Amino acid sequence: MSTPPGSGTRLDPWFGAYAARTHGMRVSETRALFAVANRPEVVSLAGGMPNIAGLPLELISKVTADLIALHGDVALQYGSGQGHPVLRDHIVTVMGEEGISAHPDDVVVTTGSQQALDLVTRIFIDPGDVIVAEAPSYVGALSVFRAYQGEVVHVEMDADGLVPEALREALDRCKQAGRPVKFLYTVPTFHNPAGVSLSVARRQEVLEICRSRNVLVVEDNPYGLLGFDGEVLPALRSFDAEGVVYLGTFSKTLAPGYRVGWVAAPHAVREKLVLASESAILCPSHASQMSVSAYLENWDWRGQIVDYRKMYRTRRDAMVTSLAEAMPECSWNVPGGGFYTWVKLPAGIDARTMLPRATTALVAYVSGTAFYADGQGADHMRLSFCYPTPERIREGVRRLAGVISKELELVHMFGPEGSSVDDDVEAPSPDLL
Amino acid sequence: MSQPFCLILAGGLSHERDVSLRSGRRVADALREADCRVEVADLSPDLLPRLTGTDPSQRPDLVWPLLHGASGEDGSVQGVLELLGYRYLGSAPGPCRAAWNKTVAKSVVGRAGVATPDFVTLPQSLFQELGASALLDVVTARFGLPVAVKPVHGGSALGVSLVSQPRDLSQALMEAFAYSPVALIERAVAGAELAVSVVDLGEGPFALPAVEIVCDGPYDYDARYNPGRAEFFAPARLNDALADQVAATAVKAFKALGLVRLSRIDLMVDQDGTPWFLEANVAPGMQETSLVPQAARAAQYTLPRLYKSLVEASLSA
Repeated sequence: MSTPPGSGTRLDPWFGAYAARTHGMRVSETRALFAVANRPEVVSLAGGMPNIAGLPLELISKVTADLIALHGDVALQYGSGQGHPVLRDHIVTVMGEEGISAHPDDVVVTTGSQQALDLVTRIFIDPGDVIVAEAPSYVGALSVFRAYQGEVVHVEMDADGLVPEALREALDRCKQAGRPVKFLYTVPTFHNPAGVSLSVARRQEVLEICRSRNVLVVEDNPYGLLGFDGEVLPALRSFDAEGVVYLGTFSKTLAPGYRVGWVAAPHAVREKLVLASESAILCPSHASQMSVSAYLENWDWRGQIVDYRKMYRTRRDAMVTSLAEAMPECSWNVPGGGFYTWVKLPAGIDARTMLPRATTALVAYVSGTAFYADGQGADHMRLSFCYPTPERIREGVRRLAGVISKELELVHMFGPEGSSVDDDVEAPSPDLL
Repeated sequence: MSQPFCLILAGGLSHERDVSLRSGRRVADALREADCRVEVADLSPDLLPRLTGTDPSQRPDLVWPLLHGASGEDGSVQGVLELLGYRYLGSAPGPCRAAWNKTVAKSVVGRAGVATPDFVTLPQSLFQELGASALLDVVTARFGLPVAVKPVHGGSALGVSLVSQPRDLSQALMEAFAYSPVALIERAVAGAELAVSVVDLGEGPFALPAVEIVCDGPYDYDARYNPGRAEFFAPARLNDALADQVAATAVKAFKALGLVRLSRIDLMVDQDGTPWFLEANVAPGMQETSLVPQAARAAQYTLPRLYKSLVEASLSA
């Protein structure tokens, strides 16, 4: 075959101009499959969307209208890069529920806690720097770490959360290898995706391990107030204000549409975070911050959280009861709070490979591979119970049981040796978070 | 007809929903630019009441199914449109069904004298009945490696693997079976990967310039939708004689399958210059990085002009 000379196109005139950190970005098939998950016919046990049906929409509507009518000249204007002072006062009160004693000056308001995560990574991580995180870990964090070319070292968890001995070994191993760890990223309470919480006894131990090795702790705590029995575990930051950077959000306890989160950090870190945030976004949305403040001032938000706990508990119960009935060949944890159940699949099943079969059966989940930086996790899937009704959860689990049954037939035919290891980390999307 | 009213169907429940939605929006934009009245509708329970409604202003002159995968490409939506008495752009249900099933398409096109790589079609159940290991041994002894493993239905390279090592064959089949209960194993052909768009604007089918795809690795889902991963040559780097042969092969496949108006024929051209038919797509991708728009531009068509010509030809047929 002759090949006359010709010049091709990559359909992107800037192909050679992108930063090295974009080179690993991939368009995954999984994202295509989640486009189907948004259809009403599909029971999505994938997304981490809070169920906001119980919010007092009339009140929110009124306070928002009043806000614009009475203070529109301020609400619709630029604001402070650190965040609105009134909201920062409220955030200190909210964090007080978890035992944190903070000053409003310690707080930087962000566009969701995802931006807080981005800012913390931006100021601490150079390419190749090591971040220690639980195994598995929050997919949105892994994506940020990858974007800044950090390297994640996973540390084992058990039913009581991060295993201190494993943490100790990982930190020491990294140090001996000449690769000091920049920070520990942890979701200690109602972990996403694993659903477990770091026991109170271990909290002090984990902090001591990090403190003695001069490793910063980044505590991501979106679900801390959503314990189903009403117990609120003390935040890591409540024990150590100097060694812990705390990330919080109103996305789960109020509504994600406001995109209001925050970071509470030691003084010097906070100063850098403010500068980094100003360079990224100038300031967080003033209107959103003032709306959240108005909600907190005009509504029994603690009572609202109690209602959320009851609602999510009902859904959790529907999930674990359905799993027990329909999937005896799987194992899972019973989360005490939060949004997720972490399900171990029968030997040989690859959650990522099985996903198209599931979406064909009109049910969606997130493959465990999304929650590891190193391609592990194919033997797990994350099931969310936060958004679907209990009836839909039961139906979704029933469908999923059929999918697993079919997949097991394949595994028995072809054997488990075919399981894939995939190095791609999912980019975060609302379907995965 | 001064301003035809075209209803584009996009979305649906297939694994290619996202791509279909983007194709639908792109075609709609181009048709509006060509002064057509256009609406885009999803495949949902709202669609039939809308199509059977009595308001004549809501009745489209033409429906363009741009549904990738499943009911949009297997002829079933076209069948429903015929039941409702609507004119639509594209092939009839029978040819759609033939093209949708890669095995049937290869058989039909092969019988018409077009080369197509050796293949075998294996339903999941057959592995159960004959034993997976023994069956895979037979396949690899016959074809050798590498082979392409594909779901017998579907596009966008979903569930498709190029297998070079025997140990990877099981995983490739499991990935294919996740999309379809039947898998196709095909001898891999090395050479140039080409996509040939065949259109019929009312005077018979002809091929637009072939688009050559060069990719560092398989032309997989990421390479298709992540600009930069693949390099495209439109027209393909073929000498005139071979370009003519490729175009004739694509048109021959188009005719053999009984396709109408628009299709994309995927081919490989080996080192000896033989074009090998791989598959035909009755609802090819039409988004910004898709192959049909690239071919149209290589033929000096603007997209509004080409798409409006397709609409007008469909209305005149």
